[in-house]
Amino acid sequence: MNLRITTQIARTHLMAKKRQTLVAMLGVTFGIAMFITMISFMQGVNQFLEDSALDASPHVRIYNEVNTQRPALIDQLNRSDSAFNVIYHQKPKEQLSRLKNGLLIARRIEQEPGVLGVSPQLSTQVFYNNGPIQISGTVAGVDIDRENRLYNLKSRLKSGTINALRSNPNGLIMGSVLARKLNVRAGDKVSVTTPTGGTMILRVVGTFSFGIGTVDNTKSYANLSTVQEILQKDASYVTDIHIKMFDPLLAIPLGKKLRAVYGYYTEDWATANSAILAGEKIRNVMTFVVSMTLLVVAGFGIYNIMNMNVINKIKDIAILKATGFEGKDIVLIFLLQAIFIGLLGGLMGLLIGFLLSYMLSITPFNAGDFLSIKTFPVIFDPKYYVMGILFGLITTVLAGYFPSRKASKVDPVSILRG
Amino acid sequence: MEKVLKASHFNKYFTEPDRFQVLKDVSFEVNKGEFLAIVGKSGCGKSTLLYLLSTMDTDYEGTLEINGQTLTGRSQDYLSKFRNEHLGFVFQFHFLLPEFTTLQNVMLPALKLGKYSEKEVEHRAYEKLKMIGMAEHARKLSSKLSGGQQQRVAIARALINDPTIVMGDEPTGNLDRTNTRIVFDIFREIARENHQTIIAVTHDPDFAAGSDRVIEMSDGMIISSHEN
Repeated sequence: MNLRITTQIARTHLMAKKRQTLVAMLGVTFGIAMFITMISFMQGVNQFLEDSALDASPHVRIYNEVNTQRPALIDQLNRSDSAFNVIYHQKPKEQLSRLKNGLLIARRIEQEPGVLGVSPQLSTQVFYNNGPIQISGTVAGVDIDRENRLYNLKSRLKSGTINALRSNPNGLIMGSVLARKLNVRAGDKVSVTTPTGGTMILRVVGTFSFGIGTVDNTKSYANLSTVQEILQKDASYVTDIHIKMFDPLLAIPLGKKLRAVYGYYTEDWATANSAILAGEKIRNVMTFVVSMTLLVVAGFGIYNIMNMNVINKIKDIAILKATGFEGKDIVLIFLLQAIFIGLLGGLMGLLIGFLLSYMLSITPFNAGDFLSIKTFPVIFDPKYYVMGILFGLITTVLAGYFPSRKASKVDPVSILRG
Repeated sequence: MEKVLKASHFNKYFTEPDRFQVLKDVSFEVNKGEFLAIVGKSGCGKSTLLYLLSTMDTDYEGTLEINGQTLTGRSQDYLSKFRNEHLGFVFQFHFLLPEFTTLQNVMLPALKLGKYSEKEVEHRAYEKLKMIGMAEHARKLSSKLSGGQQQRVAIARALINDPTIVMGDEPTGNLDRTNTRIVFDIFREIARENHQTIIAVTHDPDFAAGSDRVIEMSDGMIISSHEN
């Protein structure tokens, strides 16, 4: 019964001053709309940067580190505490960066639970020659189907097809920026020279773009056997094994385990991209600070309006109290108004926030060669909308509660006597 | 005669700007169905006394008993409920809620009391409005009424819960002769017919002369009490 009568009073108050109600609601609306837009956009940028960096890197990479430092033979043989050996300019031992039984290891890792795909590959530094132009880069010899499974190459191709590489043993899929620098396109030939002197003429059958400068600028894919041939190695020669997991977080323990089992170096994505991850942390803090500032500013605006509303009604409050309404009825009356304003204003804010972020997400944006986007990256995550409406409600309820609690304690005599 | 209100040894001080004793050991009793007028010059403390009796002002010394219940020292919420059920008020400046219709203004205290269903409350509110001759204005916003009309509506509101006591702080202070007459007649009638008690502070000698008993105050003390 109490709720019913207080609801009725609250409704009458809201309806009597429609413009004031609307202004209060707009205060909530704009605060929340800006919050939604900001957070969707900033998180979109974060997500995009993270994805574009992490998508192009394996979750775990197994490789054999070539280390020129080795203990001198004489130190091993003739070791004493009272004397020391002096060796000048020790020559490095010839060392292969190959993974022994790499293909077998790859097959066994594929059996591990949680592994999405494994791609053994042979990666080497090369010079690309097209006529007089000479550009250094890398070439990765891969099983293109396995590589595609890991990095979704199909979707990153700018020209040509994956199948073209499979059907053409001397094919090459080249990073788009590199191809432009060399002034080649699908169908053209380039000659590839390895550090050991091997040279081969390969035909560009496609170009790809990861949207990351360092990759698109330097990297090409060729068939594993082709690269083995240029390097004059046997058919089991691989230098890297790339692994992708279903859950990236499981990659870290798996990397440790693989290192223990096979004795090769492993590098997980978190270590390889620690700079990016640190940057992401900083951006997350920034997003949080900016969003909070927005919400707090909006909250104070709402508080102001609710406070004014209560002060305007102080005479009515005195009358209600004189005719028998209790303090908690008064609080309820204004709280109900606050909830109404918060809920309706908040919902409008969500709608406007959605429209703004949608408009942002279709706004053309040219980031050049370095980022593969055509429009601004925006995330549409229901989480933010829930946060927005909750915040709108909580602030308006608090902003309505404090002034109304003060008003409920008002002494009706002091108001009514004038 | 049944006593409906007992005020004993009321002392009240104002502390702003200086400590000043407004009421000095005021004691009196009121009978059921009595029409009591409190008169006196401005500043003699009669309004202050009325607000103490109304239970809205709780900052005093002495004890207040209404309907056999001691009200001194009760919580605000208890007093609110008590006022709602047992007391009705008419102020000098009508004080209706401007956003509500006449009918709603009258209904609010009854809806708060929750003794009757909304339908019944509406019916009763109509009855009260009819009694004071305001039934045709029931659906109008109260801010659209004239001062005299608003005062009559305020009386209807004061009566809606059939209170034991109706209190008026210069209920006719702002009204012309005709409206004063109407308000007075209503008071007279409810005291006589319904045996509800009326306590009114007034400046109007005619109004006081028409009451059952007049208490005259001066300098915070009751200097005379005589029946008409």
